[in-house]
Amino acid sequence: MEQYSSSHHHNQENKPPQKEKKSLTHKFRGNLKYQKYLFVYTCLLLPIIFYLGIRILPTLFTFNVGFRDWNLLSTDIQPFVGFENYLTLFKDEVFIKSIFNTLIYIVLGVSGQLIFGIIVALLLHKINRFVGFFRVIYFIPYVTSIVAISWVFQWILMGNGIINDVLVNLGLPPQPFLNSPDQAIYVIIGAMIWQSIGFQMILFLAGLENIPEMLYEAADIDGASPWQKFWHVTFPLLNPTIVFSAVIGTITFIQVSFTQVVNMSMDGSGGPLNSTISVVVYIYQLAFRQFDMGLASAATVILFLFILALTLFQMKVLTKKFDY
Amino acid sequence: MVRKWQFILLGILLLLVVAACSSDEGDSENGAKADDSEGTGGEITLEYWQYSFDSKVKLMDELIAEFEEANPGIKVEQTNFPYDQYNEQVAAQVPAGRGPDVINLFYGWVPTYVDAGYLQPLPQDAFPHDEIESEFFPLVEATKMDGEYWTIPTAVRTLALFYNKDLFTEAGLDPDSPPTTWEELEDYAVQLTKADSSGRLEQSGMAWEPAQQGHQWLRDGLTIQAGGQVLSEDRRDVVWGDDPAGLEAFKYWLSFPTDLGTSEQGFYTDDVTAFVTEKAAMNVDGSFRIGTLQSDAPDLNYAVAPLPGKEAQSTNSSFWTNGITAGVEGEKLEAATKFLEFLTSDDVMERWLDATGELPAKEAVAMQDKYVNDEIYGPFIESLPFANAHFFVDETKERDLVIDAANRVLMEGMDPEEAFNQLVESTQELYDAYWSDK
Repeated sequence: MEQYSSSHHHNQENKPPQKEKKSLTHKFRGNLKYQKYLFVYTCLLLPIIFYLGIRILPTLFTFNVGFRDWNLLSTDIQPFVGFENYLTLFKDEVFIKSIFNTLIYIVLGVSGQLIFGIIVALLLHKINRFVGFFRVIYFIPYVTSIVAISWVFQWILMGNGIINDVLVNLGLPPQPFLNSPDQAIYVIIGAMIWQSIGFQMILFLAGLENIPEMLYEAADIDGASPWQKFWHVTFPLLNPTIVFSAVIGTITFIQVSFTQVVNMSMDGSGGPLNSTISVVVYIYQLAFRQFDMGLASAATVILFLFILALTLFQMKVLTKKFDY
Repeated sequence: MVRKWQFILLGILLLLVVAACSSDEGDSENGAKADDSEGTGGEITLEYWQYSFDSKVKLMDELIAEFEEANPGIKVEQTNFPYDQYNEQVAAQVPAGRGPDVINLFYGWVPTYVDAGYLQPLPQDAFPHDEIESEFFPLVEATKMDGEYWTIPTAVRTLALFYNKDLFTEAGLDPDSPPTTWEELEDYAVQLTKADSSGRLEQSGMAWEPAQQGHQWLRDGLTIQAGGQVLSEDRRDVVWGDDPAGLEAFKYWLSFPTDLGTSEQGFYTDDVTAFVTEKAAMNVDGSFRIGTLQSDAPDLNYAVAPLPGKEAQSTNSSFWTNGITAGVEGEKLEAATKFLEFLTSDDVMERWLDATGELPAKEAVAMQDKYVNDEIYGPFIESLPFANAHFFVDETKERDLVIDAANRVLMEGMDPEEAFNQLVESTQELYDAYWSDK
């Protein structure tokens, strides 16, 4: 329809380019190739509209909400309060604690994931038998329900759980684990690392497959030790995989820290004493426990800037060019 | 030429986006209007929301069918959400201009909802204040604010002491004489506790979980039993620390996991699991747990007794309660009122007890002999006259403050008095913030 009207319009103001008009209608009506293109572009457009409506616009709207005193249950006008929500957040001890915890989750969690992922991938890369079996074993946690895993960990780690039985039998004092503000966060990080090893392993195995064998042969001829081979051949050539894993790992860690924390922390909301609360958990509490959308949105904006900065930082610091 | 049609495409895209946005806003307004005008037509449809609790949902379906038959022209539609997503789901529907006409809320949430302007006061001609106050248990006043009743419950629940008769016998205690005083409770808990050589609990004499009913037991049970109060009459001041009874209750409460060594937070993950698996011999829990025990542990040999007291007897009470949302008016409001009157009728209250285990909210219905003498329900009903429902300005936060105070003592070794003073102070801050814009 639009094509017709516009070409018709075009026709009126501009007489000479008859050819063009003809070519336009021709293109769309006569030429199958262009019709096909039109179809393809329309199809491609639909997800974009969906994406705009479901992701981008609400995201932009969050910035607006963050500047308002927005009670989720209220139907009145939500007054504009400027940066008040941001000020409140930075004075809020729990929020500061949640940012700090999120940093711990990311730094320890992501580096743990990467290190264990590389180790497992290197080991699996070396063996020729039972490769499939081991891959399955290491990958199973990744496809298991986080909620189920969290509860199993709770039972294993409780006061008279299996781990404490082992400790006591070894003559060591029983540990509180999830009941301790000093230990709980590391226990949760441990569970998260264990669960994501499988995913990292797959990424690194793919990266290792892509390193040409001849580089190792050349290194052998030069008399390189295994450590030198890893550090000067494997590691640099795995760099793109590491950057990708680190960025993806960070983002999923920020998202996933919600389910684990809610299911593993002793009070289900980041306890004990807020020692395991992450920013995402706190945002959820602000929005859906206290109905303060303004504060929650402001916290979300801060989280957004935080992830953005972290991702840029990772891209800059971790990405290096290696040529061989 | 190519550039031109690209331009057109972009135009279409923009148009679509603008259309999507504007029609969105229009929709919500129209939606709200259409919703209201529905009432003037032949049939009125009421939206009723409650959380998913099998026995309640099933009973409500039956009740709705009866109500519709008795009131032609009114239809009621029930919608349910899981308990832990309930607030979230309600909140998510508000900006969309959709939602219930009659809503079932936990009483502790009501102040937040009233504050946000989500509810309207109960119509006084159908629910006169003097009638509510003479017929219902006084604890329903927990949702009376600004001189208005905003909600009215069908049923209420109280806390009482659950105890495992087999474990009593095993420890040489008489399963027919449960503890009735603070001292006896301590004594029984110690006798019912077993620990291994490393000092780890094998069997807890007294389940102890601040995040579950523990914080309620402390506020409405122990504090009042010791002769204290949490809130002032006008609900503005936290007077918990004014009387030594407050601290005494806090210390007594904490003595189970500390001095007495009978309890452990997170023992077998939580108190209910520990009690069901016979790892805990006693637990303070609500009448709402009876159904769970019947279905999950039909062989559990347990009994119930009123909470052990001290200077006075007291227990915590809580309830799910029904309110009418703010936008409902005209014929629809009449229908909603009728529905509420039906839900708070004596007959429905009796059936509610049979089906869900929750106790009648009206004194005359609850105190009938057949209920008071019931082996399981009896102790809960007996407790109703001295039951208290704490007025929450923010249920989640107040609960978290109690949990944190306990954890400071248990995990960080803070002096109980200091932790208690912090608890009182930070609770007062919540109340100051709540009252500041009233």
